[in-house]
Amino acid sequence: MPWSRIKPDTNEPEFLSRDMHGPAMRGIAASVPDFEQVGAGRRITYAEATNEALSQALSLDPGVFVMGQGVDDPSGMFGATRDLHKRFGHERVFDTPLAETALSGIAVGAALGGMRPVYFHNRPDFLLLAMDQLVNHAAKWHYMFGGAANVPLVFWACVGRGWGSAAQHSQALQGLFMHVPGLKLIMPSTCFDAKGLMLAAIKDNNPVLIIDHRMNFKQRGLVPEEPYTVPLGKGVIRRAGRDCTVVAVSHLVTDAFLAAQELAGEGIEAEVIDPRTLRPLDEELILASVAKTGRLVICDTGWKTGGVTAEIAAMVAEKGFASLRAPIARVANPDLPTPSGYTLEQAYYIGQDDIRRAILKTVRGSGS
Amino acid sequence: MSLTADAKRGLQRAMLRTMLRIRRVQERIESEYLKDEMKTPVHLYIGQEAIATGVCAALRDDDAINSNHRSHGHYLAKGGDLNAMMAELFCRKTGCSKGYGGSMHLVDVAHGNMGTSAIVGGGIPIGTGQGLAFRMRKLDRVSVVFFGDGAADEGTLYESLNFALLKKLPVVYVMENNGWAVCSATATRHCGDNVFHKGAPDRLFSAKIDGNDPELVFAAAQKAVERARRGEGPSFIECVTYRILGHAGCVTQDPKGYRDPAEIEAWRKRCPVCAYQAKLLAEGVLDGQALAQAESEIAAEIDAAFDFARQSPLPTAADLHRNLFCE
Repeated sequence: MPWSRIKPDTNEPEFLSRDMHGPAMRGIAASVPDFEQVGAGRRITYAEATNEALSQALSLDPGVFVMGQGVDDPSGMFGATRDLHKRFGHERVFDTPLAETALSGIAVGAALGGMRPVYFHNRPDFLLLAMDQLVNHAAKWHYMFGGAANVPLVFWACVGRGWGSAAQHSQALQGLFMHVPGLKLIMPSTCFDAKGLMLAAIKDNNPVLIIDHRMNFKQRGLVPEEPYTVPLGKGVIRRAGRDCTVVAVSHLVTDAFLAAQELAGEGIEAEVIDPRTLRPLDEELILASVAKTGRLVICDTGWKTGGVTAEIAAMVAEKGFASLRAPIARVANPDLPTPSGYTLEQAYYIGQDDIRRAILKTVRGSGS
Repeated sequence: MSLTADAKRGLQRAMLRTMLRIRRVQERIESEYLKDEMKTPVHLYIGQEAIATGVCAALRDDDAINSNHRSHGHYLAKGGDLNAMMAELFCRKTGCSKGYGGSMHLVDVAHGNMGTSAIVGGGIPIGTGQGLAFRMRKLDRVSVVFFGDGAADEGTLYESLNFALLKKLPVVYVMENNGWAVCSATATRHCGDNVFHKGAPDRLFSAKIDGNDPELVFAAAQKAVERARRGEGPSFIECVTYRILGHAGCVTQDPKGYRDPAEIEAWRKRCPVCAYQAKLLAEGVLDGQALAQAESEIAAEIDAAFDFARQSPLPTAADLHRNLFCE
């Protein structure tokens, strides 16, 4: 098994805020050279980290292949798949017809036939066309046949927030997929995890969905060159604090981190948790943190109703109610389709300031 | 068939045996279904036996099949174990899917049956993907997809055919046009009798044949399978047949009034099992004694399978959380 040769269960040494893309950090990040050697890793872009994971997986295992609309485009999926077809050939890195329903089933079938497909979808919105194969087939196969067959495949989609992408090109649909037993669901937030979680997803013997975010692609970060996996189902504490637990996903980890840094000046120490995988969810980590802080703010890039924040809030209410000293607060997008115009977009999307106010309100009972 | 006379007779006897076995298993399920021991929706294959039989006779053990909710015939024709199938219908731990799948979700990995989908049209791309895997792994294995005229309503068929042609995949699409999707006639759903034409772009090897004649089915399948093995791409075979029983359950559970009893009667007279049996007896391929022996062996096997199923343990609450993920 070629996958035994790669470094397992690796965690990022520390959360490097200066790598992130928040407004306060942008100036610092811009001054960092592209491939500066830093310690065990190099400072590379998020796209380069993902690309390196795919490249290493393709080298490591002849069963791995990459498919999807535009994976061999010059831009290569925000750069994540750029030039892979030149190195590994069109047999293993190929463009697909615009037929997400069947192509998703073809990926499932290829997995059953002994391959490890990685299927790139430009946007989660298009995953709705793949829903039948993801939910009715891939997620069911191992259980429905009593473990006789399994489907090792990775679906990847990138939320396209901003630039007027509007209602059908910017949906963050992780709440829908988190609902489905049999799927693993990943939302990376750093360059290090983009690589390690991608390799972990490809190595996994089950269907794994990675929901990425266009905002993540603005980052540079420290990434070791050797192949490694980040454990699925294990979250990390990005910032320790005693007053309030903040669970945030995807690029909101950065926003939560910056909000927490800001509040430190006001004497509030927030603990920021990045679950990294939403399914399986690292419940222990969240509950242990809430047991310490007594307060919880949950931040998600998707809608509020029936979504990720609702699920995590319910989990903590069920299993950690005795620890809570204040009502749980949720920071998520309003229950509306995404508008296109930039003034409306600005009103629609939540971010650092909303998180800061939510923490303040949770800790002091007032958001101002 | 380009076989020696002996080999041809051997094949004919084997195909009749397979058809008889499928028929008798279906009849026994039908006759015992109202006892309420098989608590799973059964979709019986009576009247369509020649198709699974003829196609699977052209396949190797390591070729793949992808089937659908009406899958008993495909499972058995490909070599599936009858005990494991009956145990699955009785919801037992010894079932092929350990009681997690039921009648619509049979699996037999050893014979290339990687599991059947009950979402109409859902198995078509999966079978196509298995063909892609065989091609990428440079194996000379072939993937066969069985689907009905109902699945030919679904877009997955046309999306899959396009991709299979584009990549010249070793896939054989076998459409079993049995005239009905639940209670909707093919003519009420398709704009004319045109599935065959829709499934027949220029470069696709295709045939529309009498699906009740196992030798015609075998010949068409053999040609398609050989093309696929040689790397010449996919084929599409439309087999015209008829669903003698209702969509699901036993005879008395078929709602009345949606189809003309005379239509059913006319197709009963064209029963593929009876016709093939009569043909082989008339041609002297087998005699009455051999046929009687085959019937009694099949009856004994079915008795034993029902006994096995009834005596097998049921899964318990302790099994509920097993198998969600593969380690």
